[in-house]
Parts: sequence; C-alpha cells; structure tokens
Amino acid sequence: MSTPIIELRGLRKRFNEGTAIESEVLHGIDLDVHRGEFACLIGPSGSGKSTLLNMIGLLDQPSGGQYRLKGVAIGQSDDDTRTRARLNTLGFVFQFHHLLPAFSALENVTLPMLMRDGVVTAAARAEGAALLEAVGLGQVLDRKPSELSGGMQQRVAIARALALSPDLVLADEPTGNLDTQTADDVFALLRDFNRRRGTAFLIVTHDPRLAARCDRVVELRDGTIVRDEAQVAATPGAD
Amino acid sequence: MRFEWIVALRFLREGGLQTMLIITGTALGISFIVFITAILTNLQRDIVERTLGVQPHITIRPQDEVARPQWRAAGEPGAQPEVQARAQRLRSIDQWQPIARALDADPQVRAVSPIVSGPATVTRGDAARVVTLVGIVPDRYTSVTQLGARIVAGSLTLAPGDTVIGRELAQDLGARVGDMVRIATPVSSGDAYRVRGIYDLGAKAFNRSYAYVALPVGQALHALPGGVSSIDLKVDNLWTAEAVALRLQREVPHQVESWMQANAQLMIGLANQTLMTRLIRITIGLVVAIGIASVLIVAVVQKTREIGILRAMGASRGRVLRVFLLQGALIGFVGAALGSIGGYWLTRMMAGLLRSADGTRLITAHLDLPLYGATLLGAAVVGLLAAVAPARRAARLDPATAIRL
Ligand SMILES: Nc1ncnc2c1ncn2[C@@H]1O[C@H](COP(=O)(O)OP(=O)(O)O)[C@@H](O)[C@H]1O
Ligand SMILES: [Mg+2]
Repeated sequence: MSTPIIELRGLRKRFNEGTAIESEVLHGIDLDVHRGEFACLIGPSGSGKSTLLNMIGLLDQPSGGQYRLKGVAIGQSDDDTRTRARLNTLGFVFQFHHLLPAFSALENVTLPMLMRDGVVTAAARAEGAALLEAVGLGQVLDRKPSELSGGMQQRVAIARALALSPDLVLADEPTGNLDTQTADDVFALLRDFNRRRGTAFLIVTHDPRLAARCDRVVELRDGTIVRDEAQVAATPGAD
Repeated sequence: MRFEWIVALRFLREGGLQTMLIITGTALGISFIVFITAILTNLQRDIVERTLGVQPHITIRPQDEVARPQWRAAGEPGAQPEVQARAQRLRSIDQWQPIARALDADPQVRAVSPIVSGPATVTRGDAARVVTLVGIVPDRYTSVTQLGARIVAGSLTLAPGDTVIGRELAQDLGARVGDMVRIATPVSSGDAYRVRGIYDLGAKAFNRSYAYVALPVGQALHALPGGVSSIDLKVDNLWTAEAVALRLQREVPHQVESWMQANAQLMIGLANQTLMTRLIRITIGLVVAIGIASVLIVAVVQKTREIGILRAMGASRGRVLRVFLLQGALIGFVGAALGSIGGYWLTRMMAGLLRSADGTRLITAHLDLPLYGATLLGAAVVGLLAAVAPARRAARLDPATAIRL
C-alpha cells in the first residue's frame, strides 16, 4: 500500500494551554487517510470535528502527537512550510462557503493558481472555467458571490478547492446550511470528483443520510474516535 | 507580487466610501503641503531678491590690505601718524581675467560679471549726490543681477558717454532720460554723462545708491585701468551659494563671500521660516499617516474572514503582510497624485491673488517636478509605514480563528 496522505498518531489538542481554562479537546487521535478515499467524519456537536479538521488542514498546531503529511512530519513545522503544504496538497470547503466577495466566481476559482504561479494564464482561466462548468456554473463565471444563491456559492467553493488538484479536500459541514435537495446535489458533486479524479475527501457532516453515502465513516465523541469503519456507500435516492 | 497587487487593489475598491474618504483626506493634506512648500519657496526667493537688490550670490574681492605704518622722514611737516586700521583703497583683483574665464567654465556658476565700483559724486545743476559708481558689462551684469528687469525708463545701453541711475536719484537731481549729469570721483575730475536709463529696484535706498557706466568708463573714473574691483557670480541655486563660495575660497587667492554670509540676519529669519513650514509639513504628514493607519486597522478587522480564507488557501503571512502594506502605499501615492494636482491648482489661484508692494505677482505657480516627484514618493513611503502596524496584525491573524468567524 502507498504512503497515506495523512497519518495521525496520538494527536492531542489542548486549548488555552497553561491557563485556568485549559481544556483538552482531542485526546490522542490515530487516523490515516489514503489516496482516493471518500470518508465522513461524524459526531455530536462539540465533539472536536472542526478542531480535528483544522489540525489536519494545518490551520492549527497540535499540542501533542504526530502528524505526517504524505510521509513527512509536519505538525510542528513553521508557518511558511505549513502554508506551502496547504497550497500544494490540500483543498478546503467550509460550511459558510467562504468566497472572497470582491472577486467573481471565476476569479475565486483561479485565485489558487495566481498564488501558486504568480499569474493567471489563459490555460489557468480555461481550467477554472472548466471546473465551474463541471459544477454546473458555466453560465455565471463573472458573477460576484453576492449575486449567487447559497448552493451556487458552495459549488464555486468546491471548484476553488479543486483548482490545484489537491490530494485531499477537507470539507467542514459543506452542506450544513443548504436545503435538502441542494445539499444532495452538492454532496453528489463531491462524490463525482472523488470518482473521476481520485481526489480524497474528508467530510464533516451531521446528516446521517449523507454519511451513509461515504465509503468510510469515522465517528468522534468527546475528542476520541469511537468508530472507524468502511461501508458500502448507499446510492442517493435509495433510502 | 502580482497576487499582492491584485488583492490589494480589490480590497481598496471593495472599501468603497472608506477608501474614497481616506484618499480624499490624504489628497487634502498633500495639497496643503505642496501649496505651502511652493508659497514658502516663492516668498523666500522674493524676500531674498528684494533684500539683495543688486547684491550678487557670490562676490570675489581682493584681500583686505593690512595696516603697515610708514614713518615720515625727520623734518617733513606734520605729525607721525597713528597706526590704525588701514582704509581700503580701491584695488584691482590680481589676474582677474584668467579667474573670470575659469569661473565661466565652472559647472556650479551660472554667470560671471566683473565690475569696478567705488565712490563718486553725481551732479546736476546745484544738486549733488554721493553714489557708488559701478562700471559693468551690461550683458554679464544683467545675468548676475536683476537690474535688466528693473529698468523703468530708457534702457540699459551703456555707450562710453552713458549712465543709468535709480529712480530716486533721478528725482533728487531732477534728471530724466536723455538729460546730462556730471560724474566725478576722488581720483578723477569727471565728465558729463547722458542718462540713458532709470531703474527701480523696489527700495528707495537702493535707487539712490548706484549709478552705472560701462566697464571701461568705470575703470577710467576709478583710475583702475584694465582692472576690476570685484567679480560677481550667480549660482544655479540660491541656497547653495555658501557651499560654492567655500569651495571657490580654496581655489582663488582672493576674498570670496556669499550673500548668505553677507546677510546673516536675513538668513536666520529665513531659516526660522523654513523650520516652521517643516514643522507644519511634518504635522500634516503625521495626520495623514494616522488616518491611513486607522482606516487600515478597521479594514483588517472587517476582512478578518477573508484573510482567514486566503491563509487557508495557501497565502503566506508575508503575502498578507504585503497586501496591506501595498494598500497603505497605494493610498499614499494616489492621495499624493491628487494632492499634487490640488496643490498646484491652489498655488495658481493664490498666485493670482497675492501681489507684492509694487503690484508684481508675489508667487509664480510653476510645475516643480522634483517637488511633485518627492511628494509622490514620500507619500507612498508614509503610507507604507502607516500600514506596518495594520499589516502585521493581518499577517498574525490565526487562520483557524479567522475562519470560524
Ligand atoms: N479556539 C478555541 N478555544 C477554546 N476552545 C475551543 C476552541 N475551538 C474549539 N473549542 C472547543 O473545543 C470543543 C470542540 O469544538 P469543535 O471542534 O468546534 O467541535 P465540533 O466541530 O465537533 O462541533 C468545543 O468544546 C469547543 O468549545
Ligand atoms: Mg464544527
């Protein structure tokens, strides 16, 4: 088997360390995420899902334990190293479709290319347009986020997360504030990218229906993994 | 840097009214700085020109003679003289022609004017006045002093029998252009000269002081055949006269004096003025900087989430820092560009209003490109510095916290 994208060993996270309100939120997480996986992270509110995702996404530093990204220890690396790793290997989709309001849909999608290459080439623009086409937004390339519906904005965010073909996309409740139908569509889109491009996904969700459509379910409870099992993904509309 | 430019420009555009207000504020501050700088430069030049009259920027004169007592031989009539500081008789500068030629070629000297000047009496009928009689080469003299522009009657043509005198002297003597006056010196019984021109230097004392004749005539009247009593110089920049004089002092074996040395009191006054305006400029600069800093601090707070997204997407701290530094520099630069236009316009408007005592314009609004260039650059730097604190704050934002908002 090839090196996992993510290897966590005994990962801990304490907030407000050294103060009276210190609290440990993650108590020794062991978790591997492999290439091409489509995994869901579930658990009650406050169980530490977002904290774990931020840790994996290199947005926050673990208080203890080991984190290897594509075989390289990275948990305690300096900010620039982690930033570069984010740019090159990871994609993010957040609950509140964090788009940049001053940029058009296409510009939001090509921003990662601008960051990586220093320019947006015609090829990059074409690639961005193709991605938006793939999420069904070929007609609204030049609209600002404020001119798009919530579902459309989340599709733009997905296209942006995929812009640099990351190894792993981290999605924190990507359908959390969408209606059921839209949520289903957006989820189907993620699944589709996973199948066609082989991009690995780790998706936090509250919705058991969506969790059932993953190949693997990881359940977190009070900062500890209580379940981590593979499953046969349900086909949408079969329930 | 393209990423930083694009994001900085977008953020500023997104700022809308906020951006417009701070740029307007910066522009107002800068236009005032440009305005008072232009006014000060003009006023000081005016004051100096008026105070100097026909004094040149730099004068080269023979060294003062030292007193050497001469004892009378026994039996000669009269008492032995006391040793006292020697009265300076009129002398020529040794070797003045090669010196003048060398000065002509000097890159820091714009014009060279040899003159011969000494006391004389101008008489017409019963009226007699004591003046300084100056022998000049008109072309050279007018490129060193402003006499050429101050002729109010007749002209500054100096044929051998001609003289040019000041307005008050002409009045005192009752002479008009074309009239004859008699000019005599301690060493020459003198001759009759025709008044060819009348000048007005803007001060009565000056207008009573000088009578001009052609250089050879002056040399004859002062009994200095072929000699000159001083070489007057004009330098490119009024304010560098002292530095140039100090350099020349090392090169010529004569006495070199700048207008700044000769008018120490005036210099102190001007220096105080300069200091005051500098204080005003610094204050305005600080106000502008504080304005830019506070707008950017607000912008950082407003854009916390966006900064978090950019960081999550892979923008380094350095990039976020530069995005905000650039915004500060851009505000400063654009504000200064508009402010320079405003300042120029304000100066022009005031140029139309402000007049000297004699009705001429006190200030001229000219496109002082170095001033505007320095202003643009300076404002961009001030904006950049003002942005340091906000930019560092933006760069230090914790992406996880920023996104959760
Ligand atoms: N920055 C923080 N400072 C202090 N406590 C935090 C911070 N972030 C999260 N927590 C706490 O950690 C726990 C887990 O939070 P979170 O990871 O957001 O849970 P979930 O996403 O599963 O709902 C919660 O009790 C929350 O209050
Ligand atoms: Mg959460």
